[in-house]
Amino acid sequence: MTVKGTVFRYKSDVDTDVIIPARYLNTTSEAELASHCMEDIDKDFVKKVKKGDIIVAEDNFGCGSSREHAPIAIKASGISLVIANSFARIFYRNAINIGLPILECPEAVKNIKAGDVVSCDLSKGEIVNETTGQKFQAEPFPPFIQNIIDKGGLIASIKAAQ
Amino acid sequence: MGMTMSQKILAYHAGLPAVKAGQLIDAELDMVLGNDITSPVAVKEFEKAGFSCIRCPAKVSMVMDHFTPNKDIKAAEQVKTVRNFANKYGVDNFFDVGRMGIEHALLPEQGLVGAGDLVIGADSHTCTYGALGAFSTGVGSTDMAAGMMSGKCWFKVPSAIKFVLKNKPAKYICGKDVILHIIGMIGVDGALYKSMEFVGDGIQYLSIDDRFTICNMAIEAGAKNGIFPVDDVTREYLSGRFKREIRVFEADPDAEYERVIEVDMSKLKPTVAFPHLPENTRTPEEWGDVKIDQVVIGSCTNGHISDLRIAADILRGKHVAKGVRCIVIPATNTIWKQAMHEGLFDVFIDAGAVVSTPTCGPCLGGHMGILAAGERAVATTNRNFVGRMGHVDSEVYLASPYVAAASAIAGKIATPDEV
Repeated sequence: MTVKGTVFRYKSDVDTDVIIPARYLNTTSEAELASHCMEDIDKDFVKKVKKGDIIVAEDNFGCGSSREHAPIAIKASGISLVIANSFARIFYRNAINIGLPILECPEAVKNIKAGDVVSCDLSKGEIVNETTGQKFQAEPFPPFIQNIIDKGGLIASIKAAQ
Repeated sequence: MGMTMSQKILAYHAGLPAVKAGQLIDAELDMVLGNDITSPVAVKEFEKAGFSCIRCPAKVSMVMDHFTPNKDIKAAEQVKTVRNFANKYGVDNFFDVGRMGIEHALLPEQGLVGAGDLVIGADSHTCTYGALGAFSTGVGSTDMAAGMMSGKCWFKVPSAIKFVLKNKPAKYICGKDVILHIIGMIGVDGALYKSMEFVGDGIQYLSIDDRFTICNMAIEAGAKNGIFPVDDVTREYLSGRFKREIRVFEADPDAEYERVIEVDMSKLKPTVAFPHLPENTRTPEEWGDVKIDQVVIGSCTNGHISDLRIAADILRGKHVAKGVRCIVIPATNTIWKQAMHEGLFDVFIDAGAVVSTPTCGPCLGGHMGILAAGERAVATTNRNFVGRMGHVDSEVYLASPYVAAASAIAGKIATPDEV
């Protein structure tokens, strides 16, 4: 599957409290969570984000709380892919489990700016900066995790195995 | 190659003779935890998947602690969803107002987790139970749903950093200073994906509450888990409380550690994490004159009885500075009652503080002490991210109960020596 969109760019240690502040965690509605996504770090995100857009960040993206509401809010806002140097481990698990595509690729992070148009073949991990023409190869997932992704998330993969 | 404490617990629960860092395993769980924020999402996933039963209801705990007593209608609806689910599937360890406490103080207190256990919880501070010699780690709601259904969870076996804690902590130094010092040294991703194993001759001086505080904040360094070896302090705490068999796992002499870091606790100074990351630690000479509006003494990090005793010792016979709101939150009902019987509430109230029912409340900006724009709080909690305790332009300074109580009196960040 190939995704393509405009890039929102963030620095290191983007925490789950800014991705979705706890004051909005009294709901599980995906649309409502998405309407507050990133608002404490980037007030314009919700206004600007379009279906397919891509987040590019530096180190330790998604640090802090275990709230699955964070990847849910990002996914429901229309974001098709998050690329970072590294992810906090609970966010990493949660993103895979709910089917939000994430990739670790420091080379891409180094060479992609806010507003660039980026495309990615998710199955191959090939990232293309359409604005500059540069290509990058993300770290492949271990086969065990790729299987969860291919099945459409953790619950679907458990059901498929039963 | 030998195994670390954490690796041994994982190998045991995976039914394997040995595991190594990086290996992916499926392991049997002793406890699956959720709270009033994460359980509703897990319930939704569980029911959407059409799962018909919980594999072992006794190995599930649901603690309504974050927005309780319910702060608004939406929060009440979420708790109702979880309550109905617990009733339907026979989850007896459902803790609501009257039985509840902050999850990471409550589960150990109730003897629901103990040495050698493998625990997952849909709350990042689930790593707290490493204080008891358990492997315990935070996950999300989908992992919680899958764990309830199957009794199992997948793990990538972590590598580890060994922290050798040496000597007796200096005066006014407790577990909070130790862990803040460490996070300041290695950073908020300094232990990303790894275990933090705490050993050394100094651990004999650390109470079980100190160890809870230290393991609680392992996640603030990005760690998968924090863990202490089982010793007399652990056994004394678990005795008569933990109903299952204690399983002790010791690191092999040739266990591999990515780093070994020594911390001389006799040399530590009171440590405060300035906004907006727990790694922004400073010691008194770097504090400057930071005026404050609020002090919070509580949370899963520092809402234990020993934390309340420390705060009371500092506040006894003194008064909270004019214009400062000091909120004390015992972590569980049992701690609340104990503090009351010890006369600590008299000390707090005479000093001009207020005592709250157990709740996570202000720690995550939920309720019971939210900050306005421009306000500053010194808190014994665990995170000082942007907007964590309220307005996006408010600030949280993380500190020990010694420093928090002293700051309440001084009206600015202060050490006990200054008051």
